[in-house]
Amino acid sequence: MTGRLAGGALLGLYRPGRTLLHRLPAGAKLLGLLVFGVVAVVLSGPWTAVAVLAAAAALAAWSGMGLRVLLHTLRGLLLIAVLLGAFQAWQRGWPAAVESVADLVALVLAATVLTATTPLDALLDTLTRLLRPARRVGVDPELVALACSLMIRAVPMTLDLAGQTRQAAVARGLQRNPRALVTPMVVRVAAQARATGEALQARGIGDRD
Amino acid sequence: MTRIEFDDVTVRAVTADGDRTLLAGVSAVLTESRVALIGPNGSGKSTLARLVNGLVEPAEGRVRVDGIDVTEHAAQVRRRVGFVFSDPAAQLVMPTAAEDVALSLRTRHRSSKDRRAAALAVLESYGLTEVADRSVHSLSGGQRQLLALAGVLATDPSVLVADEPTTLLDLRNSRRIGQLLFGLPQQLLLVTHDLELAAQCDRALLVEDGRVVADGPADSVVDHYRALA
Ligand SMILES: Nc1ncnc2c1ncn2[C@@H]1O[C@H](COP(=O)(O)OP(=O)(O)OP(=O)(O)O)[C@@H](O)[C@H]1O
Ligand SMILES: [Mg+2]
Repeated sequence: MTGRLAGGALLGLYRPGRTLLHRLPAGAKLLGLLVFGVVAVVLSGPWTAVAVLAAAAALAAWSGMGLRVLLHTLRGLLLIAVLLGAFQAWQRGWPAAVESVADLVALVLAATVLTATTPLDALLDTLTRLLRPARRVGVDPELVALACSLMIRAVPMTLDLAGQTRQAAVARGLQRNPRALVTPMVVRVAAQARATGEALQARGIGDRD
Repeated sequence: MTRIEFDDVTVRAVTADGDRTLLAGVSAVLTESRVALIGPNGSGKSTLARLVNGLVEPAEGRVRVDGIDVTEHAAQVRRRVGFVFSDPAAQLVMPTAAEDVALSLRTRHRSSKDRRAAALAVLESYGLTEVADRSVHSLSGGQRQLLALAGVLATDPSVLVADEPTTLLDLRNSRRIGQLLFGLPQQLLLVTHDLELAAQCDRALLVEDGRVVADGPADSVVDHYRALA
């Protein structure tokens, strides 16, 4: 199942290592990602966007995540980047297209660096701590942190299901029929989401003590 | 041992063409250590199993675990009842094996160091030490099911409900999971199409068309079911 491999590499895959990026506390990296995101969006112009992208690529190289993981991540992003680029080039011209695609890729790379160098458990702990004040307004920080992890996990899972659905359609010679792709895909994603919800419920996760 | 009680339970589902009865007036008190639920596809076994931890709610009647009503005190019951499904993919929610087990331990260990140590100890006891930091995506089906089971047992339930836990596994892995299940101190409620496995239980319930049509010592219920087929 190639979809599984490609999906697993995109976000949400911690790779143990000894770089400084691995040793930084999760909170610092989370803050860094936030700052990086704000800078990337605030600075305008295609050249600065390319510079931001280069910075993100340097971070990725430094994290030691490896070229293969990097390429897998980018491949998952390719379709979205192409669509976005084409739309922007058509609506606002080439400089705008370069800027938005470079910003998008840079942000995904930076987020991948965070998830590749930080165990999700540590990230959850940090989020839980950061969200603690929200408890006063009735938000359960543990649940929000878990929801973040589920969203991160949903990316590879959905790509996986897309791969399976496509293969099933190909096996029946229906790969050009959008309905043979979209309908079962939606059904599968919904079924998977439901099964995950039940499994969480069965493990007592989300129950209040 | 725990006590699972179904007291005249009826389950209905709303479908496009009206209400459907999935279970009709099921009553049973299960106190045996190993209980099997067998029967044809669509007969209602999973529905019956899901009642035990409130994934399904009865339209009529009551379900109790150790005297605690499942509908009224779902969270309390779930802490006693662990549940494993056939497809471990849906049950593993964290990226790595160690993190997934640690998730089950979040309420027990507040510090992440303690939690990781406890998770590693759990993994070791299931022979999963090698895969601790591997992505759950990269594990084999057998390893995933073992991990799912480890994650559930880490919460120390007193009852384990297993809905076809060996269906997706090869012969070797299903033997292994079967042996593990039968060696547990927990009360086991096992839904299975593997009649050899079912016959090893103390008691079996044969479900057909939403009703329990045979109930007794596992070997004789299995023989009865085999004779019908
Ligand atoms: N939420 C639901 N809505 C409508 N029908 C349902 C629902 N859940 C289950 N059913 C139906 O209820 C019947 C019993 O389902 P159940 O899953 O309990 O059977 P089962 O004995 O576990 O079958 P199998 O051996 O195939 O797993 C089936 O006909 C199923 O299609
Ligand atoms: Mg079933």
